[in-house]
Amino acid sequence: MSQNSEIVKRILAGDRRALARLISRIENDGREATDVLAALYPHTGKAHIVGVTGAPGTGKSTLVNELAKAYRAEGVRVGIIAVDPTSPFSGGALLGDRIRMRDLSGDPGVFIRSMASRGNLGGLARATSDVVKVLDAAGYPKVLVETVGAGQSEVEIARTAHTTLVVEAPGLGDDVQAIKAGVLEIADILVVNKADRDGAQQTKCALQMMLDLGTNQSTRHHSRTMRARDVPGSSSTEPEWRPPICLTVAVRGQGVTELMQAVAKHYRYLRESDGWAKRERARATAELDGLLRDRLVTQVLGRIGPAAVEGAIEQIVARQIDAHAAADRLLIQAKLF
Amino acid sequence: MRPAPYCKLSKGKSTRGGLQLPPSQTNERLKMKRAYRILIAKPGLDGHDRGAKVIARALRDAGMEIIYLGLRQTPEMIVEAALQEDVDAIGLSILSGAHMTLLPRVVELLQENGLDDVMVFAGGIIPDEDIPKLNEIGISGIFGPGTNTEDVITFVHEQLGTSKTTA
Repeated sequence: MSQNSEIVKRILAGDRRALARLISRIENDGREATDVLAALYPHTGKAHIVGVTGAPGTGKSTLVNELAKAYRAEGVRVGIIAVDPTSPFSGGALLGDRIRMRDLSGDPGVFIRSMASRGNLGGLARATSDVVKVLDAAGYPKVLVETVGAGQSEVEIARTAHTTLVVEAPGLGDDVQAIKAGVLEIADILVVNKADRDGAQQTKCALQMMLDLGTNQSTRHHSRTMRARDVPGSSSTEPEWRPPICLTVAVRGQGVTELMQAVAKHYRYLRESDGWAKRERARATAELDGLLRDRLVTQVLGRIGPAAVEGAIEQIVARQIDAHAAADRLLIQAKLF
Repeated sequence: MRPAPYCKLSKGKSTRGGLQLPPSQTNERLKMKRAYRILIAKPGLDGHDRGAKVIARALRDAGMEIIYLGLRQTPEMIVEAALQEDVDAIGLSILSGAHMTLLPRVVELLQENGLDDVMVFAGGIIPDEDIPKLNEIGISGIFGPGTNTEDVITFVHEQLGTSKTTA
């Protein structure tokens, strides 16, 4: 107990070694760090959490590096969490995001932590939201969270961050890709990185079109006015936020100032509307939901026992019973249903 | 004692196709056990990082989490990253001939930062006569060209599995 309060004190005092150690404990087994997290929780809620997501190779790490440099130029301390995927085969991971962040080395105002996704599929690791809280409590007012290279459905970041940047690059698909559901929908700010390459303007146009089709504005089509329906989820009291599209060349730092302005504008928008409170609530809901599910599943599996599960798998494979019926039967046998 | 890492692969076994458990149980396994965290970096100015990449890949396939720093790292950069990432070990690849300057500096900085429990191993072009001197300052594993990656994996497991405890 007293050891834990010592850790809390050191974290709040900005001890980086204690911070790094605590993050490992959270990653390895959340339960072990529960007491420390509980003690740190009252000190959280101050940080602006900025998520950066997008396909592999679009330049997320380089952009995070540039954003962090820009914040440091303003004297703001920055915490960075960079998530890379864990191999489903070996359980190993190669975390390579720091390669692009070498400019930040040697700056005590920056703390970078690489995380392996450890089997989680939403683009983040299961422990990421807890690590965000620890960085928040440790006094990093800006926390940048970089997801694994995301495809179309890794949208967990939107429930973790206040402001989500979706990074695109030219040449990744036609305009129908842009109106598909998924990762583009969660963008608060769209970034077309590598904008010095061919096709950057087309990519911007495709994204522009996606935004036009989705908003409450009317669209002219064959000389008629087509009104788009209200976007589900957008309440009428909230002034609408239209995601700006920023063109950047992150390796040369081009467009970063404009991107910083867009992030600051979104922060003000969240603070001035009820957006901030809404996101905090959505975050709490998702987090509690996830934890309840985890604990419930652990409990239920414990009650059923691995032998019964194994037996059911055999029967499903042998086509004696289907998976739905097997699940029902296991729950009934464990008197949970 | 540290708990066992995710999984150990026996010699010569391919990682693909070796998966026995259904994905849900694999995920359970991934959640429960801890993985060794290893920093791989190239100190100094030579630009040949193939060896470092081969080792990074081999250790990744052995179930470890590799934080890959890449080329042209100063000892200060390496130790700072080791601190933030809370690594169990650091693997340094160096072919420039500056190993007798850079490697002792890394060890020194680790001690200054209270990271003396981090295991350091090295690879690259390191003449035989320098090996005892490096062993003396605590760099026990030195792997030259032609090393079997399996030997490095075994070494890391042995060092981390037996000589260290979780703080």
